[in-house]
Amino acid sequence: MLEIKNLHASVESKEILKGIDLTIKAGEMHTIMGLNGSGKSTLANIIAGSEVYKITKGTVLYNNKDLLDLSPEERALQGIFLSFQYPAVIPGVNNTYFIKAALNAKRKYQGEAELDAMDFMVLIKEKLKMVGMDESYLRRSVNDGFSGGEKKRNEILQMITLEPTLAILDETDSGLDIDALKIIANGVNNYRKKDNAFLVITHYQRLLNYIEPDVIHVMIDGKIVKTGGKELALTLEEKGYQWLTDEATVEL
Amino acid sequence: MPQVPQKSDSFKEREYKIIDDAINQDYKYGFVSDIEQDIIPPGLNEDVIRLISSKKDEPDWLLEWRLKSYRNWKKMVEPTWAKISYPPIDFQAISYYAAPKEKKKLGSLDEVDPELLDTYNKLGIPLDEQKLLSNVAVDAVFDSVSVATTFKEELAKHGVIFMPFSEAVQKYPELVKKYLGMSVPPADNFYSALNSAVFSDGSFVYIPKGVRCPMELSTYFRINASQTGQFERTLIVAEEGSHVSYLEGCTAPMRDENQLHAAVVELIAHKDANIKYSTVQNWYPGDKEGKGGIYNFVTKRGLCRGANSKISWTQIETGSAITWKYPSVILKGDNSIGEFYSVAMTNNYQQADTGSKMIHIGKNTKSTIISKGISAGRSQNTYRGGVKIMKSAENARNFSQCDSILIGDKCGAHTFPYIDVRNPSALMEHEATTSNIGDDQLFYCNQRGISTEDAVSMIVNGFCKEVFANLPMEFAVEAHKLMEISLEGSVG
Repeated sequence: MLEIKNLHASVESKEILKGIDLTIKAGEMHTIMGLNGSGKSTLANIIAGSEVYKITKGTVLYNNKDLLDLSPEERALQGIFLSFQYPAVIPGVNNTYFIKAALNAKRKYQGEAELDAMDFMVLIKEKLKMVGMDESYLRRSVNDGFSGGEKKRNEILQMITLEPTLAILDETDSGLDIDALKIIANGVNNYRKKDNAFLVITHYQRLLNYIEPDVIHVMIDGKIVKTGGKELALTLEEKGYQWLTDEATVEL
Repeated sequence: MPQVPQKSDSFKEREYKIIDDAINQDYKYGFVSDIEQDIIPPGLNEDVIRLISSKKDEPDWLLEWRLKSYRNWKKMVEPTWAKISYPPIDFQAISYYAAPKEKKKLGSLDEVDPELLDTYNKLGIPLDEQKLLSNVAVDAVFDSVSVATTFKEELAKHGVIFMPFSEAVQKYPELVKKYLGMSVPPADNFYSALNSAVFSDGSFVYIPKGVRCPMELSTYFRINASQTGQFERTLIVAEEGSHVSYLEGCTAPMRDENQLHAAVVELIAHKDANIKYSTVQNWYPGDKEGKGGIYNFVTKRGLCRGANSKISWTQIETGSAITWKYPSVILKGDNSIGEFYSVAMTNNYQQADTGSKMIHIGKNTKSTIISKGISAGRSQNTYRGGVKIMKSAENARNFSQCDSILIGDKCGAHTFPYIDVRNPSALMEHEATTSNIGDDQLFYCNQRGISTEDAVSMIVNGFCKEVFANLPMEFAVEAHKLMEISLEGSVG
């Protein structure tokens, strides 16, 4: 589904990604772990089409087509969803209106009829229940005055409503209390299917108590330095990242 | 290796392209109607004023009033304090009167020139009562004269007077004489003095005591003739306990020249009366180089004359090359309320210097100012407001909120709030913000599959929500559409 080869990217001539290789297949959940500043969020934003970064080398294929050619909205319409680490606030724009506009943009793109207000309300109320949100969220402005946890829930609400093929969760677990974490993990687990995939970015092991990735990657200084199964997370929990840094240095 | 797109550059390029597209958007009301017109040649002197007055068959007192205003105007100088710049206006190069030639006095709509009816149809304002929204009465002003007023009979049943100003001068001279210049004295400022000397037509509204006007009243102003100025005058009087909601819309053809529009609007609210005045101003804004467009110098003021009266201004300003306009309220009656809700949108080379003045005289008077400025292209958008609490105004309250949003990096937003408090019991609140449409907001919307155009429109509409909420239903839809047209493509 997603095939990244030797991806280099920089911002203001500072190189952040230094040659990323990553292949994600349908039905898989990959996790990228790593310290702050290792380039995890950069990678997530580049896949989603952020224009803050300059891609200097490498290729990204999505469903065998060049992803870098597509605008952010085309990527979204073709099924890429990013759950933002810091979702933007849009004052005065009703949450219902926003999610409906997003869903209808996608339905239109797929040649489906747009949902009217009534049908959308039925759908969104059902989705709200799945992430433990009450209907008052719908009347509020997009992320305006939302607590950290509310914003993250709102992202997951959008994810399960828009039904992406590739969902990227950028530190969706950070800043959440344990109950909110469970709700979000639950939302993610219910959405795992054999024809979609996840890329979950986190620097805590604790999320992995609730979701089970197929593959774990460790990213240090713009590179994936280690790839393994679930047990890798446990090693990290125990030993930290230092041993990998040492190992990486030795390799150089 | 495949070509690697230069993302950070392409974004700016795309942004400018989109802004460019917006600039190249056609102004859809820019057509000219081919109508035979009666035009006074350019130039201004006492004879021209006498001629205008005689064409309208006006009583002597009104001619004297005009002449006095003209003599005052000659002694005055153009104000230069506004943050706008334009070449000097040659007041002798303007024609002060243009009217569609009429073969006979208009008795009903059937007698209106079909070309005129067609003009208003094209503007989306059918004057045919059958086709009109049943709860809006329309007065259509074409260049210097009112060409049609609908629902006159229905309104007459309630004692409501809604007619062209010049007709009111003939039919209700005492009312006109009593209230003309009460809110805006002729010598108030340069443009009000000019208007008082040469004003051509406009609407007159009188709501009798205790009457709640059964429908929205609306005037559509249209400039058609070239090299003419439009100087209309609107006077609305709401007697004790009455209610009225009035809407004003305006458009003009696309021309390379700049045309002057200097209107005066006066509102008078007696005890317990309520006047709501809404404007959607869409005069031709000029082309992408800043050529042409209307110079809009307008004086609008309401007088809350009686206790517990209320005057509310709502304006959506998207047109004109230059807007100079400060709808104000004099809060004379105790417990009276003044409100001002404004969205001013500028693009290309448009310049807007607009805001409100609230003058508190009576006790427990309250005023609210909500101003939303949106600047795109190379435009300059200024909020200028004044709140004055006089000594007599015990327990006066004002809340002002002035927010600006910038689209692109070549435009400007400015805020000049003047506050003058002479009574220590006053409670004043002022909030102001300036922001860009954030790249983060646009990326967030894009990432959800929402196009940049739709995202900008959504963000701006969200930004203006508090103001739109104050528009009457019929206008809210129109305002939304208008914002979309004015914004189409502009991105930050």
